[in-house]
Order: sequence, then structure tokens, then C-alpha cells
Amino acid sequence: MADTIADTRRLFTRPQNLSDAYGPPSNFLEIEVSSPETVGVGRNRFTTYEIRLKTNLPIFKLKESRVRRRYSDFEWLRGELERESKVVVPQLPGKALFRQLPFRGDDGIFDDSFIEERRTGLEQFLNKVAGHPLAQNERCLHMFLQDEIVDKSYTPSKIRQA
Amino acid sequence: MSFFSFGQSAEIDIVLNDAETRKKVEHKTEDGKKDKYFLFFDGETVSGKVNVTLKNPGKRMEHQGIKIEFIGQIELYYDRGNHHEFVSLVKDLARPGEMSQSQTFDFEFTHVEKPYESYTGQNVKLRYFLRATISRRLNDVSKEMDIVVHTLSTYPELNSSIKMEVGIEDCLHIEFEYNKSKYHLKDVIVGKIYFLLVRIKIKHMEIDIIKRETTGTGPNVYHENDTIAKYEIMDGAPVRGESIPIRLFLAGYEMTPTMRDINKKFSVRYYLNLVLIDEEERRYFKQQEITLWRKGDIVRKSMSHHAAIASQRFEGSASAEKALAQAKEDSN
Repeated sequence: MADTIADTRRLFTRPQNLSDAYGPPSNFLEIEVSSPETVGVGRNRFTTYEIRLKTNLPIFKLKESRVRRRYSDFEWLRGELERESKVVVPQLPGKALFRQLPFRGDDGIFDDSFIEERRTGLEQFLNKVAGHPLAQNERCLHMFLQDEIVDKSYTPSKIRQA
Repeated sequence: MSFFSFGQSAEIDIVLNDAETRKKVEHKTEDGKKDKYFLFFDGETVSGKVNVTLKNPGKRMEHQGIKIEFIGQIELYYDRGNHHEFVSLVKDLARPGEMSQSQTFDFEFTHVEKPYESYTGQNVKLRYFLRATISRRLNDVSKEMDIVVHTLSTYPELNSSIKMEVGIEDCLHIEFEYNKSKYHLKDVIVGKIYFLLVRIKIKHMEIDIIKRETTGTGPNVYHENDTIAKYEIMDGAPVRGESIPIRLFLAGYEMTPTMRDINKKFSVRYYLNLVLIDEEERRYFKQQEITLWRKGDIVRKSMSHHAAIASQRFEGSASAEKALAQAKEDSN
């Protein structure tokens, strides 16, 4: 029997649908954290950030949403995801408690450069988390991203696709 | 080894009869070095000569017998004391007595069964060797010579392709296909990945070959995984309906045939691991076992010019070119 050379020709593939090839991809998900605003006066001040979401993923009820959240809301979300899901949740940007001590030379947690650092970190955090297939099943994530207010007394549950 | 210089001592040397013609192959030793050893197959006769050289000529050497053994054994590293011998043959070369001069003894182990392939792994070693021993009152003198055994198979009668649809519900559905389930060591894995649903942001895709060495039984089973190869097959984000081809040449990787439950002591199995990595470095993977087997080398004699051309496929190869050149030479 002669020594045969392997047949390395490609396997048969079905041609791709042109609308699939040139249409918008099914994985569009864009999250932006922007427009930090400090509200309140004196010791009751806090900073909120605008979270804008654009997507075509069917798991999200709204294809476009815009909400305002503060740092403690992010902490709440991280805690909920750690407890409810099997996801290894990424770290948030630092809590910076030392910045809340008195007698600082700068504006503490209302310092522009600090807010910008935090904003970037929060954006990275959300992009990492919102794209996770398991995190996408959690009610807390959808409430955080798309509901007007975060109801911390909600009942944790899983979202299933319609 | 004798520490005392009085008395007679001897050196043993084992030489095979077909040392000039027999092929040698490279085999990894336990400490990772590569050495060359004579290659044997199942059923072949092992014959040769044992040269016993007296160190102090003129002095006599008393001994309790000279013998040569052919041994095939499995050694588990965590249990070094116990060697599991699955082949053990012995030939007596000399009865107890005296040697006054250096001597040569012939030996022949006819049609020796060598059921398993030589293997040096992370936690287990299977080896074949000849051991010549001069038994003496105080200390024996012995010499070992390792050989390497390869197990050959022929083209399997049944070699179905592997085709499967896998995924994460509503996030990622793919259909993967590999052209065979059994590949020989110089084969090519030809396959494809077809994307049915892509709702995650994929950055790239690779196929890995994983070798899993399993030792021990029952509750003491231990798996040692080793990634032999990593081969990127796609860079970028695919969409629904896209097919990504796979063409992975196995000859470039150091692999052994699949070894299943060898003498009930260990196994060596191979898996293809398809890995997709998304923008956030999350990994999605699907592992599939493949069977590897060793094909015998066939010496090609003369071949007609037409047959040589017909045997060439889309990818040329050294052997096809040689056959073409040989056929041209023959016809001139």
C-alpha cells in the first residue's frame, strides 16, 4: 500500500447569509460612565455619575437607557453579584476613605482628578460585568443599569430570556 | 561496584547482533534529556552477545552464575520500590564456576512479546531493557541496556468525524467539526468552527492539544495535564454564519499514541481543547478526546510516474517529491 499524504482540503461549509455578514453584529453592548455631578451641601455631599447603555442584546429590556448612580450603588451591585451569582466579580476602584479625613490640602473625594480616576474605574467595572453571560441573568444588574432607582429591598431573582 | 582492589572484577558489555542495521530512535529520559536507543517492535527477536571482560588478566574469577534477562516493566514514581514487570524472560549463560579469561556468550530471546509502547512520563515510566548479571558471593556485577518499543497500528476501519453543537444559552452557539476521531502521529486535523449565535464579544479563538497522564486507581487516581500545543485559529470577532477552518499538523508536536489502562497501571490520553476568549479575557472552552495511533513507516520502492503524480495532493510533501524524482530517474 502506497504511503498516502493527508487530505487537507477544507471541510464543506455553508455560505454565509449576506445580511448576517454585513448587518449589525448581535453582540452590540456599549456602556459609558460620564458626567459626574456633585449634589448636596457640606457634609451631605455626594457625587453621581450618568450611566448610558446602548445595546441590541435581547436580554436587556431597553435598547437604550440612561440612569444616575453613586459609588455606594456600585458597591451594592458588586455585593449582590458576589452573593447571588457564581461570577468572579472584578474589583471596584478604591473607596478612598483616607480622602474623607479632614485637613486635606485638596478637595478630598470631590477632587477633579480623583473623580476622573473613579469614573474610569467604574466604567471598566461595568463593561466587564455587563458582558458576562452569567451576570446578565441577575435581576440586580438589570435594575442597576436600567431602572430609574435602585430598590435595595428587592427580591433577588434570575432573568430568563423571553 | 567493588571498593576493594583485591580479587577479580569484571566488566560486562551487551552487544546486539543487528546493531549495524537496526534503527535507533530518540527517547526522552526521566530528567528530560534525549538519548538514542535501538528500536524494537512486538514479536521481534532480541539476540546478541554478552562480553565479560576480566579486569585483572591472569587472575581467576569465581561466580555463582551468569544470566541475561529481558524485562518490560512499569515504574510509578511515587512508588519507586515496586516495579511491575509485565515481561520477564531469562537465559542462563554460564553455570556457577570460575572464569580464567574474558569470554563472550551468545543469547537469543525469540519472538519476544512487547505488548506496550515505551513511555517516559511525568509520574510513570514504562521501559524495556536487557540486564546481564554475574552473580557473586559478595556483590553482583550487572549491566543494563535499554531499548525502545513502538506499538504500530493500521488505519482504523471505523473513523467517524466528530461533529457537535455546543454553547451557552442565548449567548454563544457554535458547531464544531473535526474530520476524524482517530489520528496518527503525522496526521493533520482538518476541521471547522461554525458560528450559530454570537452575543458576546470574542477577541480570538485557539485550539489546544492537551495530554492527560493518569496514574493510580480508585480514590488515588491522579491526572497530570500538559498542554502540548496552542494554535490560534482565529483573530477577531466573528458573526453568525461564519465558518473558521482548522488545519493542524500533528507531526510538529512531540506526542505518543493514546495508551489506555496499560497493565491497569496508567493511561495517556489526548484531548483537543477549543478555547474562545472574549474582550474581557473570559475563556469559553470545549474539550474533546481524540485517539492517537502510530503508523508504521512503509519503504517505498519504485513507483510509476503517473502513480507518483496521483499520490500528490494539494499540499506537497518531501516524500511525494522524492517519489516524483525517483520515478523520473527510473524512466530515464
